[in-house]
Amino acid sequence: MPTFLREASLKRHTVLDLLFRNLTRVSAFGVLALLMAILASLVVGSMPAIRAFGFGFLTSSDWDPVSEQFGALIPIVGTLVTSAIALTIAIPVSFGIALFLTELSPRVLRRPLGIAIELLAGIPSIIYGMWGLFVFAPLFADHVEPWLNDHIGTMPYIGPFFSGPPMGIGVLTAGIILAIMVIPFIASVMRDVFEVVPTLLKESAYGLGATTWEVMWRVVLPYTRIGVVGGIMLGLGRALGETMAITFVIGNSHELSKSLLMPGNSIASALANEFTEAYGELYTAALIELGLILFFITFVVLSLARYMLFKLGKREGQAT
Amino acid sequence: MLNLYTRRRIVNAIGLVISMLAMAFGLFWLCWILWTLLEHGLPALTPLVFSQMTPPPGSSGGLLNAIVGSLAMTLVGTLIGTPIGILAGTYLAEFGQRGWLAPITRFINDVLLSAPSIVIGLFVYEIYVIRVKHFSGWAGALALSIIVIPIVIRTTENMLRLVPTTLREAAAALGAPQWKIINFITLRAARAGIITGVMLAIARISGETAPLLFTALNNQFWSSDMDQPMANLPVVIFQFAMSPYEDWQKLAWAGALLITLSVLTLNILARVLFRQKSASH
Repeated sequence: MPTFLREASLKRHTVLDLLFRNLTRVSAFGVLALLMAILASLVVGSMPAIRAFGFGFLTSSDWDPVSEQFGALIPIVGTLVTSAIALTIAIPVSFGIALFLTELSPRVLRRPLGIAIELLAGIPSIIYGMWGLFVFAPLFADHVEPWLNDHIGTMPYIGPFFSGPPMGIGVLTAGIILAIMVIPFIASVMRDVFEVVPTLLKESAYGLGATTWEVMWRVVLPYTRIGVVGGIMLGLGRALGETMAITFVIGNSHELSKSLLMPGNSIASALANEFTEAYGELYTAALIELGLILFFITFVVLSLARYMLFKLGKREGQAT
Repeated sequence: MLNLYTRRRIVNAIGLVISMLAMAFGLFWLCWILWTLLEHGLPALTPLVFSQMTPPPGSSGGLLNAIVGSLAMTLVGTLIGTPIGILAGTYLAEFGQRGWLAPITRFINDVLLSAPSIVIGLFVYEIYVIRVKHFSGWAGALALSIIVIPIVIRTTENMLRLVPTTLREAAAALGAPQWKIINFITLRAARAGIITGVMLAIARISGETAPLLFTALNNQFWSSDMDQPMANLPVVIFQFAMSPYEDWQKLAWAGALLITLSVLTLNILARVLFRQKSASH
């Protein structure tokens, strides 16, 4: 090839390199811009409500579209309570599943069972909602809630939380369905972090005569603590933002009630139910502010989760 | 001493039994939900579902417009989201060793990956629906594409990182410029994994309801105009299931079965496909 042609081709490739590199850089930058745009649009959209209610919005339990008085307390409490119920159930179960998948399961079954649990995460949330409303809630109302009323509802201190009319739909039902939905997320993170534990460490413990349970509880869990907490936070992030499943079964009532059997509301389900029917600027703005609060809470939780998982990954890098 | 031994063995046995019960607990819900879907969905799944429009309450009909609307929005959402996701993922894997942009983007992307989808619906409503003053299929597709992007970025980056550096070095030693190395060597080597990621993204968005509520809304009639409110399976299921009419609820079950089957098939297909490809390497 003559020299001038080679130089031309070199120049062309330099230009193309530069173009391609910047094209990918712009796309990556787009992700940052997207997050900023989401935040900005939510803040702008909720401005009328922020101006009208200020910080009182967070602590007021009013929700009266007619007189245009809005407060976020009930949806915030509902979101936190349902997520707390979900985690209380999901953490031990996920730990059990992860333990089974990493230590107990026969090698042949490991992969299919892992996929089965991941499929649980694949089922769309609206399906959970329908199943919850038509199948789970009636059974829960007929068989479990009367029992709760009779046995736990009469206890001191915790009694009032578990007594109430057995309607099937309510905060407790929503929390249980949420638990089923976040189990696969937490379980698969736990399984992944359990698998990074060096085999040498586990075998040393077994060699000293430790039982499987002791190896899990005293060696694997302390080693992966940060990662496990990260996985739990990830599940919490999912639970907080879950919309459709909760909308079906939580009952959507703007009443603050001590009983977990009573209907309540969560941020996401309030949005799903009311947003398209909201009239007037202030009503819409109040709903968008709810969305902003939700985004803020999940952002903090998910950031913490990622930070913890990142720290575990770093330690693993140092160990090898 | 024996006492301590027995106690440890008992604790161990209890722990392991509980672990097995937890596994059974997880599988139990999966089976129960799938069984319910088949039980209610199969009888409702008649040929009419695929040939008729969504009916007014009390008359017979199908889900044709909703199925077509869902397919159209999923397709457009994937077409918008995939290229952006692949490009950004390429940046993170190939150019992201230095500088501030890559670590921050990676972090933000991980957060967006599990951000509440209803907030994304709100966002598209704020920036698009309010501007054009009506709900539309485009808005729905836009919301879905925002969900696709983080998933594709994540898998693209992970898959590109699996490509051995020696492959890149070999290409560079032959004199290939960087854009050629990435486009013709590394991206091609990671193709199977990236396709898996796109399939998982499609599976995820085909069941998403929340972001479509404020964007595509719903449409009772046939509509192939993406600039109009558009029927789609998830929102139709939501509306019909919450209604008191029995024939609407029946159609909702049929739709629910359709969605779940396609989502689960995509999920399994993606895993099988990826496994075969990675096994052959």
